[in-house]
Amino acid sequence: MDPMQPVLELRRIVRDYPGHRAVDHVSLALEPGEFYSLLGPSGCGKTTTLRIVGGFERPDAGDVLLAGAIVNELKPWQRDVSTVFQNYALFPHLSALGNVEFGLRERGVPGRRDRALRALDLVRLADKRDRRPAQLSGGEKQRVALARSLVLEPKLLLLDEPLAALDPALRKQMRAELKAMQRKTGITFLFVTHDQEEALSMSDKVAVMNRGAIEQFGTPEEVYLRPATRFVAGFLGAINWFGQAGVRPESTRLAREKPEGLPCRRAAVESSLFLGNCVHVNAALDDGGRAIAEIPREQNHFREGEIVWMHWDPAAELRFE
Amino acid sequence: MRKIFLLPARFWMALFFAAPLAIVCAYSFLTRGDYGGVELPWVLENFTRLADPLYLAILWRSVWIASLATVFCALLGFPLALFISRAGRRKNLYLQLVLLPFWTSFLIRTYAWIFILRDTGLVNTVLMRLHLIAAPLQLLYNDGAVLLGLVYNFLPFFVLPMYATLERLDPALLEAAADLGARPFATLRRVILPVSAPGLVAGSVLVFIPCLGAYLTPDLLGGGKSVMLGNLVQNQFTTARDWPFGSAASLALMLASALLLAGLMRSRIARELM
Repeated sequence: MDPMQPVLELRRIVRDYPGHRAVDHVSLALEPGEFYSLLGPSGCGKTTTLRIVGGFERPDAGDVLLAGAIVNELKPWQRDVSTVFQNYALFPHLSALGNVEFGLRERGVPGRRDRALRALDLVRLADKRDRRPAQLSGGEKQRVALARSLVLEPKLLLLDEPLAALDPALRKQMRAELKAMQRKTGITFLFVTHDQEEALSMSDKVAVMNRGAIEQFGTPEEVYLRPATRFVAGFLGAINWFGQAGVRPESTRLAREKPEGLPCRRAAVESSLFLGNCVHVNAALDDGGRAIAEIPREQNHFREGEIVWMHWDPAAELRFE
Repeated sequence: MRKIFLLPARFWMALFFAAPLAIVCAYSFLTRGDYGGVELPWVLENFTRLADPLYLAILWRSVWIASLATVFCALLGFPLALFISRAGRRKNLYLQLVLLPFWTSFLIRTYAWIFILRDTGLVNTVLMRLHLIAAPLQLLYNDGAVLLGLVYNFLPFFVLPMYATLERLDPALLEAAADLGARPFATLRRVILPVSAPGLVAGSVLVFIPCLGAYLTPDLLGGGKSVMLGNLVQNQFTTARDWPFGSAASLALMLASALLLAGLMRSRIARELM
């Protein structure tokens, strides 16, 4: 097999729902062994795109290719991909081990008990193999769902907001685990999320979706530092709009005196929020807009109502047509 | 305070459930009066008589027919409940249709079957007009007719709990099964059936127990030939005028149903249902 052959290729996929177009000419190619994210707000078409790849929905136009072959007509059970569902969708009548064995049995894989035990070991649940889903915690269910899919060694693993149901501390821990799991197995992951921090921290490449279309596809650094559109700039972290120029809060500085030779705006301090490692100073611009400056806490000597100058390095400006 | 609100229900249960049950219990140990009614002395004979092969045969028949009716209700009701649970916005319409027979009296609906099945009834008339048969088929007054009547009357009792369970079935489970390689039939066998087993059991109990004690349907559609436990009890209180034995038979029927229910309650399936 051609090592550069994409694991998954989407060619101008369209999916229409009554009254709106959920997926609007999405094209995407995923290379083997990488961690990809589909990032966007709810209703942007990312889950529909994932469901089309999994075979749960059919595209109205366009082609889905897995390892170079068009699979538009193939049912989910005929595709070499597996999905980790948002609410895990574990079979409540089966033990953890029974859940992991399910797919091996359906696909007629020999030696399924050993494989299933190894998969449970991989997610560190070997000691809970006889528990029913109802007797497992959220994080444990999550890991059973992961083992159930990974044990089939699919070419591509689809993850539909798998961390959304977990509490924040566990979510951060699972990020690292998922990433480690992807590196260990070498399986391509396609991870759907609306959480930009999640997408940026785990992915090799992020596809940012909005209104059914991909606005930018690039590395986390590219989409964060060089966003292609105003939407991408705004969705991936906060941004201040100074006319046509967008400046991230961490690149925005404050001064009492008007700085020489730097772009700047006059503003009135409205409030400052202490965030532990830094301070967010909210200010009202003269033109009616609002802006945030993220500054080190030892520099926070600005009082509410004070008139200040917000300035920035022109190199930090994000500009869009 | 709570006790006050429970009083009417307690009074009702005492008057119409506990008292009659106590009377039946007492009668079952008394002696038959010459013109109906009961007399002293206290005896055990009414219960020992139940072991007579004649009555054991009736018990066996009743269990057999009630079991068959339950199996047919499940075979017809499961696909129907599955269909309704996945019918989207039409769900309520279909549920109303399932309940539609209840708008008419049980008795009238059973009589309607007589008009359909008798020698000059709908089925025989049509078949004869089409010259498919020369003489009327004997469709009425046999076990088949009783079975048909029971399945017809008790099907909704199976469909409703089955529907309630299937309705709660997470559609993502079906997608997960397909995703893991299960074709639709494997999904049915390995996911839908086991997950909805509590509804299957609840529906079966709701069909089996009333079928076991049914007397109207066997009486009307079986023509007195197809005697079940319910008819035995009824006959003892009416034509045979043997109230003590009728009481003993009805207690035996209640005991059999109660034991069956108790067995189910202790099973794993019932615990999941609760």
